[in-house]
Amino acid sequence: MPIQPLPADQPAISFQNVSKTYRGGQVRALDGVSFDIQPGEFFGLLGPNGAGKTSLISILAGLSQASGGAVKVHGHDVVSDYAAARKALGVVPQELVFDPFFSVRESLKIQSGYFGVKGNEAWIDELLENLGLADKANANMRQLSGGMKRRVLVAQALVHRPPVIVLDEPTAGVDVELRQTLWAFIARLNREGHTVLLTTHYLEEAEALCQRIAMLKQGRIVALDSTSELLKGKASTMLRFKTDAALPIALLDQSRVTGRIVQIKAHDAAEVETILASLRAAGCPIEDLEIGRADLEDVFLEIMQGAHQ
Amino acid sequence: MSAIRLQGARTLFYKEVLRFWKVSFQTVAAPVLTAVLYLLIFGHVLEDHVKVYDSVGYTSFLIPGLVMMSVLQNSFANSSSSLIQSKITGNLVFLLVTPLSHWAWFVAYVGASIVRGLVVGLGVILVTFWFAPPGLANPLWIISFALLGAAIMGTLGLIAGLWAEKFDQIAAFQNFIIMPMTFLSGVFYSIKSLPPFWQGVSHLNPFFYMIDGFRRGFFGVSDVSPWISLGLVGVSFLVLAALALELLRRGYKIRS
Repeated sequence: MPIQPLPADQPAISFQNVSKTYRGGQVRALDGVSFDIQPGEFFGLLGPNGAGKTSLISILAGLSQASGGAVKVHGHDVVSDYAAARKALGVVPQELVFDPFFSVRESLKIQSGYFGVKGNEAWIDELLENLGLADKANANMRQLSGGMKRRVLVAQALVHRPPVIVLDEPTAGVDVELRQTLWAFIARLNREGHTVLLTTHYLEEAEALCQRIAMLKQGRIVALDSTSELLKGKASTMLRFKTDAALPIALLDQSRVTGRIVQIKAHDAAEVETILASLRAAGCPIEDLEIGRADLEDVFLEIMQGAHQ
Repeated sequence: MSAIRLQGARTLFYKEVLRFWKVSFQTVAAPVLTAVLYLLIFGHVLEDHVKVYDSVGYTSFLIPGLVMMSVLQNSFANSSSSLIQSKITGNLVFLLVTPLSHWAWFVAYVGASIVRGLVVGLGVILVTFWFAPPGLANPLWIISFALLGAAIMGTLGLIAGLWAEKFDQIAAFQNFIIMPMTFLSGVFYSIKSLPPFWQGVSHLNPFFYMIDGFRRGFFGVSDVSPWISLGLVGVSFLVLAALALELLRRGYKIRS
């Protein structure tokens, strides 16, 4: 699927000082967000609920209007030159929506027609095949399971062969099989030159897929770097173990506890020693001890806590 | 780009027509049956009691009114119900992300509403002509008023669909505005049979001109000149179309 090359230095998506307020300015969802996404990038947009991710994507897709600033897709302003901007975009919405009147194939043909694309059968077949929908092509949308509906949403976003693909939490509540099918397909499209913008709650997905990541908090960018730099910059060692006992009070502040699993950040080997010693001294039995590098989740939490202070 | 937009508008029109056609039992057959029941009951009860025009029997008089009433109500129902359904179920997003202009939305939604209105109207004509063929004095008036009436109501349905946030509001629009205005517009009577005050009030009802002009095409007689009716109906359409286009351009209640 050939992608039209962009002029040099032309970003695929450009956010310039984007702000969004609701209720007459009382609620500020986005506050001067600026960054560019380069052609061919796999870019992750992360942030807690309510950080402004969906507001930003909605402005990009034309579902919502910015209160200030500008957004461009392939150099086309999403307001003044919306038709060209939207033609370059394929958006997978977050909500599991569908039109109950139509079959899968009808939905795809209609969506294709909206973009002025006719005679698209071969590509529609390829999409159906790649997303595991081939045997559901003639089924009515109402008959599909949630996972299948999600696949159709992805196919609908791609049906006009957009160079820029936007996925707004596409794997929320999706089973492992679909997640893998979806990522294999999106990764292939990315290798073929498509730019991908992804918002997700699954940080391991972002770590595995995204070359660069922006983190949003309360409508502002609090981190923006390549995934490897983000991990390196915050590089620290993590101790992971399981325990049923209470942790020593001294360790509680620096620990992240999820059920039986405890994660404690250590800056160097000496600190690892100190932590283990204090656990021993407190008589706290531990199992399955692992010492590893921090992952994106650790970085994310650290940045979010930092941004909060 | 213009070819793309044309194709886009055509697709949306096709989708809107397909949408009501897939449930044609409810969207076409049911309103035809309702109109026939009106004709049977009112025609039977009033045929010998009501004389509107000297040369025209009551059942014949009633048919064009019922046809136009069906055209108007179904044109409104098509665009309004389609939009509110898409808004509430959230699938309007599929349209919002497309390059379709506000003109494309307008032409497609109103165009499909006209088709639904005319299909139902034609159905009512075909069935009721068995009972009393009302004559065919001037088909051009029939076509003009049917088209314009359907276009006005398709546009009004579009505006109502944009404005409404729940099904309840569309139903209120239908039951408290469209229905009384249709019933009080001379579907079942000539306004000449009303006291002067109510005749004056009827002249303020735009539905009256649509039905009166439409009826003129069948019988060659009407309460007011069909040219006046055409002018008023035409201007009403232009005003509503301008409003609908502006709301669509702004993304009123569909782009936050």
